[in-house]
Amino acid sequence: MRVGAVLAALLFAASTLRAAAPAPKPPSNDDCLTCHEDPAAKRADGSSLFVDKKVFEASVHGVAGASCVDCHTDLAKTTDFPHPEKLAKPDCSACHAQQVEDYGKSWHAAARAKDPLSKAAWCSDCHGKHDIRPSSDPTSRTNHFNLPATCMRCHGDPKIFPRAGGADGSEPISFHDSIHGKALEKSGLKVAPNCATCHGYHEIRSPRRDPKSTVARAHVPSTCGSCHSKILEEYSESIHGEQLAKGNESVPVCSDCHSAHAISGTPEVRRLTILAQCGSCHDSSLKSYRDTYHGQVSELGFAAVATCADCHTAHDIHPAGDARSSVGPAKRLATCQKCHAGAGPKFAKYDPHANPHDRGRSGVLWFTALFMKYLLIGVFAFFGVHTALWFPRSVKARREAQRRGGDGDAE
Amino acid sequence: MNDNGTAAPAGATYVRRFDELDRRLHIFLMTSFLGLAFTGLPLLFSERKWARVLSNLVGGFRAAGVLHRSFAIVMVLVFLVHLSRIMKRLFLDKETTILWGPGSMVPQPRDLADMLGHIKWFVGLGPRPQFDRFTYWEKFDYWAVFWGMGIIGGSGFVLWFPKFWSRFLPGDWFNVALLVHGEEALLATVFIFTIHFFNGHLRPEKFPMDTVIFTGVLPLDEVKHERPAEYERLVAEDGVAGIAAPAPTPAELRRGRTIGTIAVCVGLLLVSLTIYALLS
Repeated sequence: MRVGAVLAALLFAASTLRAAAPAPKPPSNDDCLTCHEDPAAKRADGSSLFVDKKVFEASVHGVAGASCVDCHTDLAKTTDFPHPEKLAKPDCSACHAQQVEDYGKSWHAAARAKDPLSKAAWCSDCHGKHDIRPSSDPTSRTNHFNLPATCMRCHGDPKIFPRAGGADGSEPISFHDSIHGKALEKSGLKVAPNCATCHGYHEIRSPRRDPKSTVARAHVPSTCGSCHSKILEEYSESIHGEQLAKGNESVPVCSDCHSAHAISGTPEVRRLTILAQCGSCHDSSLKSYRDTYHGQVSELGFAAVATCADCHTAHDIHPAGDARSSVGPAKRLATCQKCHAGAGPKFAKYDPHANPHDRGRSGVLWFTALFMKYLLIGVFAFFGVHTALWFPRSVKARREAQRRGGDGDAE
Repeated sequence: MNDNGTAAPAGATYVRRFDELDRRLHIFLMTSFLGLAFTGLPLLFSERKWARVLSNLVGGFRAAGVLHRSFAIVMVLVFLVHLSRIMKRLFLDKETTILWGPGSMVPQPRDLADMLGHIKWFVGLGPRPQFDRFTYWEKFDYWAVFWGMGIIGGSGFVLWFPKFWSRFLPGDWFNVALLVHGEEALLATVFIFTIHFFNGHLRPEKFPMDTVIFTGVLPLDEVKHERPAEYERLVAEDGVAGIAAPAPTPAELRRGRTIGTIAVCVGLLLVSLTIYALLS
């Protein structure tokens, strides 16, 4: 086989010699294929140098009539074949200048610049090599429906992308089971987002290290809001949205409650997990909630009672003093009535975050708690001592009774 | 009957302490109390793993809620039957001795003296008091039920029908109702499962249990030792003949011991979980 390839190369060289001209003509695709068409042809290291003519001709470049040397530019003037094995990496920017410029700003590019051995994606990692198809082609690696699988070749592999193995809903692999992933990959909705919808195409920046990332904390709401526009509207006007706009990044953004990739459409689960999420900042509110029936039942794992968002809403959150607040005086009764149909105005005076230790919040509750505390202490202190004293005396009395029994029950 | 592992002496005289209705009421009271504790404590300690286990064991919080309310109805019925009995004895039978004197549950100066005397006896400073038919700790248990019925029952019914009660009560009374319902439940369960169990069953003289509440009778000899004042009264008034009863059959004893053992075990389990939760 190898002999065949060498022979072909010799014949090719002879033919170029015969047609010797002052300016050497660049090799044609057929010239290249003379060697590269052989499925068995190999480089010195044993790797295949095969290029499938049919695959290339069906590719976006093949269809456009591109020639091999359009990309492999260092071979355009080569006359001495076979050419050296080591060639320059094709530079896509000659044609795709904007895309390559965008890529240059990405975390992928930065990682490669830092470490030449980095496995961070390069043009061909996502687009392919000789088989590149336009994204509009359903078989394209970058087709809307295929993109997650393409990204997941690296981002789903813990050997390449260490965080891929995590299980907190932040790992990309959980996209497949998310409401977005199911809509895209199972239901085939073209409006469903894929990776690029949130992260961008070529200019994919690191959400953690690059504040310009479309999914950096400050930009998460606007990115999600590019589809969920009404929610973004509510959120932007809420206390959390206002604070984020002022640069306070400790407020919750979409992904804090919905997770980054595991975004779920099952409200039952989210209604319980939201407690810890809100409680991570509003810890005293979570604590007082836990002392109520709502808080006790939800803590037992049942989502049938009110949790944070049921009263405070999910996105439209305002301080209780704000007229727009769902728990403010104007809207509070209506909020209670969402579950407690027919409840009256006094019902809404119930305090779902009562604190028995706060005298100012409710005097009667504070006093009752104090009374109950001392009642319990009093009863158990008295009977605790009573029992502790009685026990040894009772042991003695039992022995006496047994002795009486031994004496034939005489006293 | 002092059932500390020995058989009743043959030919012993037995007297009746509780009639059949009282014993049945105690069974229902006990069952509903255990049921209420079993379905209610998981809420009070919802942050504990065992709370989740108990809650799922009865079929989730909705099922627990239905059971809790059902047991509450049973307990209220027990209470009402007992009250109507008292009313009948007082107003129809003109049994005024239930208001004062040795046959009455009403606390009297003698109870205070008995209590002080009892404590002196514990520490070896005096003889055992001459207890009569109802001791001071039994009266405490009895009236604790009245107090508990009022506080837990009252707050429970407020919490059961919040929309109705909110027409009359201010909103923060529901916070108060939930607080006292839980705290008083804690008081009642821990008290019954430790102090009442000790006084009635687990103290060495009675260990492992006193079956009188299940069989209704106890040996006259035991009355003589533990309630000498009652014994003297019975002998002096020749009341023994009036309340003399046949010895409990082995089947009755077995039944009483079984029910009692189950109840004590469930109670001790619940109180262990409670105390563990309170201490850790």
